[in-house]
This record gives sequence, structure tokens and C-alpha cells, in this order.
Amino acid sequence: MKKVFINGLSAIGAQPVFEGFAPEKFVLNNEETAFCPVQPSYKEMIAPGAIRRMAKGVKMGIYTAHHALKEANNPVPDAIIVGTGIGCIEDSEKFLNAIIDNQEEFLTPTSFIQSTHNTVAGQIALEMGCKAYNFTYVNGIVSLETSIQDALLQLQFENKKSILVGGVDETAPTTVHIYKKVDRIKEYRDDEDFMHPTSKGTVYSEGAAFFVLETEKKENSYAELTAVYSSNALSKEAVEQFLEQHQLSFSDIDVLFTGNDGSTQNESAYLAFEAYFPESIRAMSKHLSGHYHTASGFALWSACHILKNQEIPAVYRRNQLQKSKLGTILIYNYDQGNHGLILLKAC
Amino acid sequence: MAKVAVTGMGIISSIGKTIEETFHSLVTETHGISKTDFLDTKLKDSRLFGEIKLSNDQLAEVLGLPADHPYPRTALLGCYALREAVKNAGITDLNSCREGFINATSVGGMDTTEQYWTSYKESTEHLRFVMNHESGNITNIIADFIGLKGFTTTISTACSSAANAIMLGARMIEAGQVDRIFVGGTDALSKFTVNGFNTLMILTDGYNQPFDQNRKGLNLGEAAAYLVLESDALVKKHYRKVLAYITGFGNANDAYHQTASSETGEGNFLAMSKALEEAQISPEAIDYINAHGTATPNNDLSEGRSVLRVFSNNPPEISSTKPFTGHTLAAAGGIEAVFSILALQNQVIFPNLNFVTPMEDVAIRPETTLKKKDMKHVLSNSFGFGGNCSSLIISKAE
Repeated sequence: MKKVFINGLSAIGAQPVFEGFAPEKFVLNNEETAFCPVQPSYKEMIAPGAIRRMAKGVKMGIYTAHHALKEANNPVPDAIIVGTGIGCIEDSEKFLNAIIDNQEEFLTPTSFIQSTHNTVAGQIALEMGCKAYNFTYVNGIVSLETSIQDALLQLQFENKKSILVGGVDETAPTTVHIYKKVDRIKEYRDDEDFMHPTSKGTVYSEGAAFFVLETEKKENSYAELTAVYSSNALSKEAVEQFLEQHQLSFSDIDVLFTGNDGSTQNESAYLAFEAYFPESIRAMSKHLSGHYHTASGFALWSACHILKNQEIPAVYRRNQLQKSKLGTILIYNYDQGNHGLILLKAC
Repeated sequence: MAKVAVTGMGIISSIGKTIEETFHSLVTETHGISKTDFLDTKLKDSRLFGEIKLSNDQLAEVLGLPADHPYPRTALLGCYALREAVKNAGITDLNSCREGFINATSVGGMDTTEQYWTSYKESTEHLRFVMNHESGNITNIIADFIGLKGFTTTISTACSSAANAIMLGARMIEAGQVDRIFVGGTDALSKFTVNGFNTLMILTDGYNQPFDQNRKGLNLGEAAAYLVLESDALVKKHYRKVLAYITGFGNANDAYHQTASSETGEGNFLAMSKALEEAQISPEAIDYINAHGTATPNNDLSEGRSVLRVFSNNPPEISSTKPFTGHTLAAAGGIEAVFSILALQNQVIFPNLNFVTPMEDVAIRPETTLKKKDMKHVLSNSFGFGGNCSSLIISKAE
């Protein structure tokens, strides 16, 4: 099977990650349960008028897609694949509020057009004039994972060479309000540590991360993206099988990166999964990025830097195990019945 | 060349709740466009829809769901159609092989979100529906309803979504990643989409007339349809009856405008060309084109031009079936794949209803009456917002 490498990447999130990997600048937000992203000015690449009009998700998507491609020396992608859990939800809210507040009168199409889930992928293609394969996956917590799965299918089986793949999700005010009512986002409590949650609801945020996956290994390759798995059910045997397919066992995983999201609702799934890997360094990133459907992009972005630097910053750690070499990272996410795995190797 | 077996199909749309009803409507020219009985919109007096004449309560009853179920209409339609597909394929051994479900939807749970939006903000009464707004949860509801465990995903590429679901399923079978996969899409009518399309001024005030010089836009519809795709090995092992084969697929982006197609239909051209290349057949081998044919001025012009380009000004018989069902958005590629298979099985071309005056700019003359023809290969087009263009080639079972 052909190997696939990550040759370019870029992210925007609740930490200043668009500037590069500088975990010493990360700030833990212990005051809020819905984090704001640290965004670039966008001026260098988007016209001022367009910045105002563009949906937040589109801006974050276009920016990170552009920078990921630039890092990979601007290949013409054979495909653009985007994952998003809830799409451009801010425009969905705007159009919905307009329909309800004005009893279906005086509507304009702008927010409707931007609200469709495939807006980000379409806008990236439009911006680049790229007529290649273009797909959008909208499948909860594994939206990015299935996007990568499609990219691997093309690179490993369909003779494609270079694919742009990414994940992006937004927040919006009413959605945050309603999510708090259904315990999707937790209410703030000053006695709670998000790394060891005691109440329902995640710490929430938004962000984007894009990656250039290629079959050619380059000097600046971050990591080998070995495999992805997603399913609506996951047993220990299935994880074992998945690892075996790539000649690995549980103990071969140097770093286990889990998507613990600050909610007691998902914590048991994560703790059960972690227990399969007693010999691994354990890491997490949602206390830094917040939870959103494609926050595994933030984790993948972090894991790539960790493999390249061969060093795991303390801010990510869940235990203090040491390894002489960081060879393999497994990223696990779970939410609303969906399980996703991303397997990476140092290269 | 791809050759992925279709071994079952299920469908619900405004022209039928079963394969038999659907086929009967198609051959008797019985369309499903009407005034709305269930969708509560101000546009109900000025627009016509392809609405399925079953209320959410009736659908829930047919599905055996409790009255306080948390399912949006999109999920109810999907559960109904996938159950039909499983039944139609005669599958009794679910989860006995590497299985998956690829669903497509553009609207997700918007129908309940818009209904309870104010209530969500102010009360606690309808909160059980909140999380089922998400398209991915619609897919898991449907997978859980039939008891499927395995790979599930959701595609949302506007009007090309279900065609892309079929394409991905075929590719995963080809690559040996799954043995059996359920593919297709579901979309319910919602005030959100109806008003969205209305602001774009592409809804007709009458009945849609694809490829007609005086076409005024589309009727929106709702539907769900799924195909069962199986690997060769599984087909042989279980002596499965094959209904048709997916032999070609192509996906491209028009990269021209967020909601409009380019004048030349470049993305459409690329999608059709890639599908022919994948199927390793020449354009002359296509016996019938089930067009996207939404009846908007823009689509039919660019689709017409791109068809003439692919077929060197000599296309085979072509028709759009949207006058029957309306444009069912993310489900369109699914229901039209079912129609294409019915066309191949019965060797008939379904008429393009409501066609009167040929377009002046493009020499496309759709079939207007039911026509018998020996057919091996059908091309089915689905083009959408975001520049998403997809074409499938469906071929007759030997």
C-alpha cells in the first residue's frame, strides 16, 4: 500500500496557532465554557469588503487551506475535501431568524447561500479556480476523519498524488444558548477542572485546520498519515484489528491523543479507550482548543508538530510517561455514537 | 472499469411509497406536484411542491415509533426508504460482513429546528429534537433504525449529495474496503430551503418545465432513496440477484459561482467525461440521459450545452424526471438512480413532462412520451450549489 505524507498544514483555533507551533504561548481558559478563536487579520489574503461579507467558517477555511498549500509548495490539488459538523451555522441562524422574525417576508439570499454545508469547499475551489473532485462530509465528530478516509482512498487506490483536506466549524450565539440548555455546553463552575470533569456539557469553541496529503515524502514532511477508521460502534477487538492491519499492537502506540471534551457524558468512553493503552503517553487538546465537531483537526495539527519535533509539550500531557522516541501517535475521538481513529507515524 | 452490483433499492417520494407505485406513476405520467398539506409556509398559495402525502405522525406510525420520538422528517423519510431497500434486497444477515451506510442530506433536521426555534430559546418543551438538527445524527438515527453497525458517513454537497454517496460507496467496494454498503439520500421539505430558493428567484409559480424555452424555475420536493451495493464476492457467495451495475462515476467542481453554473457548464462536462472514462465507454454507448434538468433558466442552459459538448452535438434520448417529483435536493441523485435502474430493467425511457417549446439557444429536445428502447447504459446527472457536479453511469444487469 502506498504511503501518504502530511506535507503542509495550517490551523486556526482558540490558541494562536495560525502563527505556527508555539505551545509556550497557549493560555488555558478557565473562565468560560465557550472559547473564542484567535483569528488572523485576514487582510493579507482577503479583500476588506469580502472579509465583512464572508462567513466565519469560510474565512477560517480559506485562510488555513491557503497556508497549508503554501507550506506544501502550492501543489494543484487532485481533490478538495472538507469536513464540518454543522457548517456555517451563523448564517443558518441569521436566515432562520429572518424567516421567523419577519414571517417569511423581506428575505435576502446571502445568508441562505452561505448556510449550505458545502460553502467552504465550494469557496476554496472558487478562490483557487480548482475544478477537481470536491466533497463535503457532515458527520458529527468524525467529519474530518471521513474526509481523510476519502483522501486516503484516492491516494492509495486511485492514483491521486496531492489532496487538500480539512475541517472547519463555527459557533453562533443562539446555538450556544440552546446547547447550554441541552447540556451540550457546560455552565461555568469555578470548582471544575476541564481535564477532570464533574458536570455534563463540553467546553465549546470553533476553528479550522487544513492539511495537504501527498504520496511523495518530502524534506518538510511532518508525518506519515497511516490510516483512519470511523464507525458507529467500536469494540476493543475492532481497535486491535485496526492496529494489526498496520502491523501494530496496543503497546506500539507511543502517544495516545484523546478527544476528552470536558463533559462527563463522553468521559467514560474516553477512559475505557485509554485503558487499552497502559504503556502509552496520554495527551489531549480540547482543554486548549475547546470542543467542536472538527476539533480533531487541532489534535492532528498538534500531533504532526509533536512527531516532527520529537517532543511532547507538558500542556498536552495527561500522564508523565517518557519515551526515548516518538514513533506512532493514535488520535481517538468519540461523540454522539461516532468513533474516529487517526493513526500517524514519524517519518 | 468499475462494476459494482446494485442488489436492492428503496424509495419514497411524492410519486410513490414503493418501487411498484413509483414505476406505475412514471409510466402513467402521474406527477406528484401539488399544493402543500403539511409544510407550513406563506408560499403555500403561490408555489407547488413535490410533497409526500404522509404527516410526520403517520410516518412514525408506519415505522412503529413512539409518539414522543425525537426524529425530524428527514430522518423519518430516510428510515422508511432504507427499510424498503433492505427488504427489497432480501437482506436477513445484517452485520454479517464489512458493512456501511453513506447517507446524503442537505437540510438535516432543519424542519424541526425551524418549527421549534422559538420554543428552543424560551422553553424546555421540544429540546429532545435539538441535537437531531445535525446531519450526521440523521444518518445515525437511520443506521440505528435498521440496526446497522459499521462505517457511517454523511455527504452534503447540495443537489449532488446522493449521487456522491453512490459514487463513494462504489469506490469503497472497488477498493475492497467494505463488502456491502447502503447509499443514497434523504431531504424533507422545510420552510428554510423553500424560502432560500425563493430568494434566489428560481421557484416556478406553476409546474416545472425542464428544457423548455419558457421554463420559470423549479418545484421543490422531498424524498428519500437508497441503493444496496455489494461486492462481486458477496454476490457470488449468496447467489444474489443483481438489479444493475454502477459502472462509471465522475465528480468535478465548476469553480464559477457559489449558486450558479457557468454558461458552458464546464463542471458538468468534466463530471460526465470522467464518468465515461471510468466506465471505459464512449459517449455513443450511452442510451439514455436522466438529466439533472431542474427547469431553472441557468441549469438547463449550462447542462444542455455541456451535454451537446460531451456527445458532439448528437446526444441520445434525454429527459428530466423532475416534473414528476420536483427537485428533491440531496435525495435527487438517489431517486434518479432508482429511476435509471427502472428504465434499464423495463427498457423504457420516462417522459420529460410539461415540455412545450424547444430552447432557442441549445438544441436539446427531451423525450415527451414514454418510449421503448434497448438500453445498456444510462447516464444520470446531478449538479449543485457550490459548483458540485456529479455524474453516474448505471448499466444493465446481464
